[in-house]
Amino acid sequence: MTPTPPPDPRPSPTPVATDEAAAAHALGVHRLAHHFDDLAQQHRAAELGMWAFLATEVLFFGGAIAAYSVYRMTYFDAFAAASNQENWLIGAFNTAALLTSSLTMALAVRAAQLGNSPRVSLFLAATIALALTFIGVKFYEYAHLIDHGLAPWGDFHFEPPELAGGARIFFSFYFALTGIHATHMVVGVGLMLWLLSISLRRGFDDAFASPVEMTGLYWHFVDIVWIFLYPLLYLVHRS
Amino acid sequence: MTTTGLTGPADRGGASPEIPAPPRRREDYLNVQTSVRSWLLTVDHKRIAVLYLVLISVFFVLGGLYAMLIRLELATPAADLVEPETYNKFFTLHGVIMIFFFLVPSIPATLGNFLIPLMIGARDLAFPRINLLSWYLLLIGGVIALAALIGGGVDTGWTFYTPYSTVFSRQQVVLTIVGAFIAGFSSILTGLNFIVTVHSMRAPGMTWFRLPLFVWSLYATSIVQLLATPVLAIALALVAIERFFNLGIFNPDIGGDPVLFQHLFWFYSHPAVYIMILPGFGVISELVAAFCRKRIFGYSAVAMASLAIALVGFLVWGHHMFTSSQSAYAGLVFSFLSFLIAVPSAIKVFNWTATTWRASVSFRAPMLYAWGFMGLFTLGGLTGLFLSTLGIDIHVHDTYFIVAHFHYIMVGGAVMAYLGGLHYWWPKITGRMYTEWIARFCAFVIFIGFNLTFFPQFLLGYLGMPRRYASYPPEFQVLHVMSSAGASILGVGLFIPVVYLLWSLRYGERAGPNPWRAVGLEWMTPSPPPTENFSQTPVVTWEAYEYSSLTPEVKLGRPDAHDTHAPA
Amino acid sequence: MTARGFQLLPERASALAGRVDALYAYLWTVTAVFTLLIFLLVAYFGIKYRRRREDEPAPRPTAGSVRLELFWAMIPLVFGMSFFFWGARLYIAQYQPPDQTLDIHVIGKQWMWKAQHPSGVREINSLHVPLGRPVRLILASQDVIHSFYLPAFRTKMDAVPGRYTTMWFQPDRVGEYHIFCAEYCGTLHSGMRGALTVMEPEDYEAWLAGAPAGEPPAAAGWRLFQSLGCVTCHAAQAPSMAGLYMSEQTLADGSTVVADENYLRRSILDSTSQVVAGYQPIMPSYRGQVTEEQLAALIAYIVSLRDARAGEPSPPPPAGPDPGGLPPLRPPAPTGQREGGAR
Repeated sequence: MTPTPPPDPRPSPTPVATDEAAAAHALGVHRLAHHFDDLAQQHRAAELGMWAFLATEVLFFGGAIAAYSVYRMTYFDAFAAASNQENWLIGAFNTAALLTSSLTMALAVRAAQLGNSPRVSLFLAATIALALTFIGVKFYEYAHLIDHGLAPWGDFHFEPPELAGGARIFFSFYFALTGIHATHMVVGVGLMLWLLSISLRRGFDDAFASPVEMTGLYWHFVDIVWIFLYPLLYLVHRS
Repeated sequence: MTTTGLTGPADRGGASPEIPAPPRRREDYLNVQTSVRSWLLTVDHKRIAVLYLVLISVFFVLGGLYAMLIRLELATPAADLVEPETYNKFFTLHGVIMIFFFLVPSIPATLGNFLIPLMIGARDLAFPRINLLSWYLLLIGGVIALAALIGGGVDTGWTFYTPYSTVFSRQQVVLTIVGAFIAGFSSILTGLNFIVTVHSMRAPGMTWFRLPLFVWSLYATSIVQLLATPVLAIALALVAIERFFNLGIFNPDIGGDPVLFQHLFWFYSHPAVYIMILPGFGVISELVAAFCRKRIFGYSAVAMASLAIALVGFLVWGHHMFTSSQSAYAGLVFSFLSFLIAVPSAIKVFNWTATTWRASVSFRAPMLYAWGFMGLFTLGGLTGLFLSTLGIDIHVHDTYFIVAHFHYIMVGGAVMAYLGGLHYWWPKITGRMYTEWIARFCAFVIFIGFNLTFFPQFLLGYLGMPRRYASYPPEFQVLHVMSSAGASILGVGLFIPVVYLLWSLRYGERAGPNPWRAVGLEWMTPSPPPTENFSQTPVVTWEAYEYSSLTPEVKLGRPDAHDTHAPA
Repeated sequence: MTARGFQLLPERASALAGRVDALYAYLWTVTAVFTLLIFLLVAYFGIKYRRRREDEPAPRPTAGSVRLELFWAMIPLVFGMSFFFWGARLYIAQYQPPDQTLDIHVIGKQWMWKAQHPSGVREINSLHVPLGRPVRLILASQDVIHSFYLPAFRTKMDAVPGRYTTMWFQPDRVGEYHIFCAEYCGTLHSGMRGALTVMEPEDYEAWLAGAPAGEPPAAAGWRLFQSLGCVTCHAAQAPSMAGLYMSEQTLADGSTVVADENYLRRSILDSTSQVVAGYQPIMPSYRGQVTEEQLAALIAYIVSLRDARAGEPSPPPPAGPDPGGLPPLRPPAPTGQREGGAR
């Protein structure tokens, strides 16, 4: 058993062709980072990293949803009455928009893996448009609730008054949960704009689709959180 | 031991004297670039570790100053040094700074950052830029917390219990929470980085069960950081949102549940204490192995025990809430589960002890810290069992018994391990040796000062002295004075290392790659290491801590290892 | 409470406190043994196997042993379980008061404790109780979380706003003992202290007679029951208060619940949350319209009807010689202790 490290029998990392590397670098896309041995290792690390990050997000939203669930059980009638104030149709529209954006995002990922940068740009633009639609509709919903005195800060009125306490807690959660979710969406849109700037300069090819894939994972997670939030907030006790 | 590389007339066989060439230092991660920009924009994990070392030392001094003020106030029964409201801010800030800004990052972000790539044979962590981002997040969080301090401070206790924190406190609650929230992200990203690194970047031949136990401990810590910290994030976020927007999720006046906050908070904060001690376990494993020159007894058991502690740590948060009005059934369940955690911790302590049997034990300063750890952690951990015991906890909850317990673990345990590790790896990090006799002296001073400070607090707690009190009945004064006296000794003991460690940077003896003759990949590269860590990727063909099958001479590495002044 | 020189244990004022101390002694014994064991073993091995020459060969590693690992995993587990069971038994005793208790309402607010005896005597930052009788405290908070801590009885319980919590103790020694607030509650948390005085039963009666008292809570509760309009429904179509306290109620969703203090509190403040089966959720909520003290009074009144029979008109509780007219300025001579109710 040799104590000193013997000469490395494995070849040093395959250098990327100089002009390719330069071109990629000029696009702001860093290909093989200096500390990885090859692109495969780098990709594996990125994937594990993104899944680990999504695990933290599960715990983050999970904590909020757990808190919501405690109150849902304690104040079922109030939560049902409050949830019925939400416009489920608008919520359904938003859900459809977000689900479709997941589809366009998945198509963008596939296009990136096939090295088709123009397609990537197209699908990213579609995803961004759908995301912005969702956020726009959210603002409309918020304004509507505030106008009707259902924002838990300021002048809150709710009929019947026995249910007002529980309703106020419901709307506190509504704004907190959808607000945090919308923040995550904004971050996602920002990431997509960055990706768009690369794809418009034809920066993705079949050897390097990693950033699109990782953003895709993130976006799908944001979508899944909404799939939990929609029924919890809009569909309580609707017959 | 070293040659200077100076050439003189004798080397040239009697030619005329010339101005001798200046000594050429081998290039390492510290001297490769020296501009401020190269430090603040570095992605080298070793430099980032040094940045963390500086940052958390600043936080430690700040938190320590608050500790001194607290002990000064408590030397007399009356609240005569400062107003009670000011005192309340002292203990809050002491807790917030020490926990979120010192203890949680300490070993992982300094020693972990520096050593994990070296120990697994990698060139850097998986995400070097995220590593730098983690440091900046801690810095920004700290600046925001400092802004809260300057803006009046915060007086909710580091636990931010509702509804005091959401409705009643008139201090800088939201700002402090934002600072802690951002620091939490620093912690999450560090944990994420470590997990991906250990999974993806081990050198060829470095299988899981050849990893140093330090890496196992940090891996377990990272799992906890990753999964527990987000729950703190949401708990604090809800408090900040409630306070800012006057919502009412925890407000009993509209039917909210203040105890729900406690559940969310402790769901993180109990695993958090394992974030603070697991890395310490890892350091102790390394110290015991190196200073006994022997493989840790029961390597697999110690490795698995780290994972067990991390996992079971998520199940016991309710033991902080036995008197909070939770049901008796909940109390029984949490108490039972809390006893299970004692088992893997005990396994570690017994294994370390067994390692010293028939070993070759050297009591250099790092080993003194390790020995201190073993005694103090055993005592602190066993007093944790007092707190898991329902009948006792009802009496001592929220008293100084709790304060003594957690300081035994966090100072007697984590801080001692941190100091031990810092001394052990100091030559690797800086290329210099510290002065041994003064380091040993300080280890003793710290040990004595620490026990004098905190042991009386166990007695105070059982006598009924509640915590977070600025004033107290006179019969508690004797024990408080003992504690405050101990604190001054402890403070001196903790201050002196700053002096001699800084002194060593300039005047300390230069160290070779392996001054302790230890086994591990980090000792097979020069001190300090070059930026890329290893000139060639190592291929590992030996087990962890393989001391005995190798003769000391063979273990010393490359022949020119001592000669740091030789031309590269 | 005067300093008695150096003490290791606080004063022991109940039998339960003695049991806690015994468990404590056991825990310290085990802790001391194991701590010393580890410390001394490492020191002994360190000295016996100290490195004599820097370059001496490394010792052989000791072969691992699964049996040994299991052995010293079992030891902490066994001791741990002994702690758990002993502690759990003690805890259950601390949690379950005996049947006949003297019930006293204690309300914590920043930064004082207000105690209310059933006879109407009120105390601030002090509590007088008789020797030898189990006392049950019903804790409430007007603002933030406090904790009522009696070191001499080795017991405490948080006072949480929005609910009632209870604790109990039985004093077996006369004396004056600390009351501490043990949950940080703001600026004057360290000032939120008081004195629990245990008196011989005759002295207690004398004190009770002479202490300033307001209206007995149950009587005040009866008046509130009229003035807040409760009687309008609850004498007719709504459930009667007679025999309600601590009875088992079946709710609209089929579950059953015991009508304890918390149930009564919730029914008044969140009237639609636990509606009894067969009734409509039409009771208005009184949240924000009653203070903690008024709530305590209403509940005391309902508790006083525990043994009444449904169908009889709800009588006012006997409150002493002068129940009618204006609330007495001086307390009437008490006819005896009001029980919290037999259980």
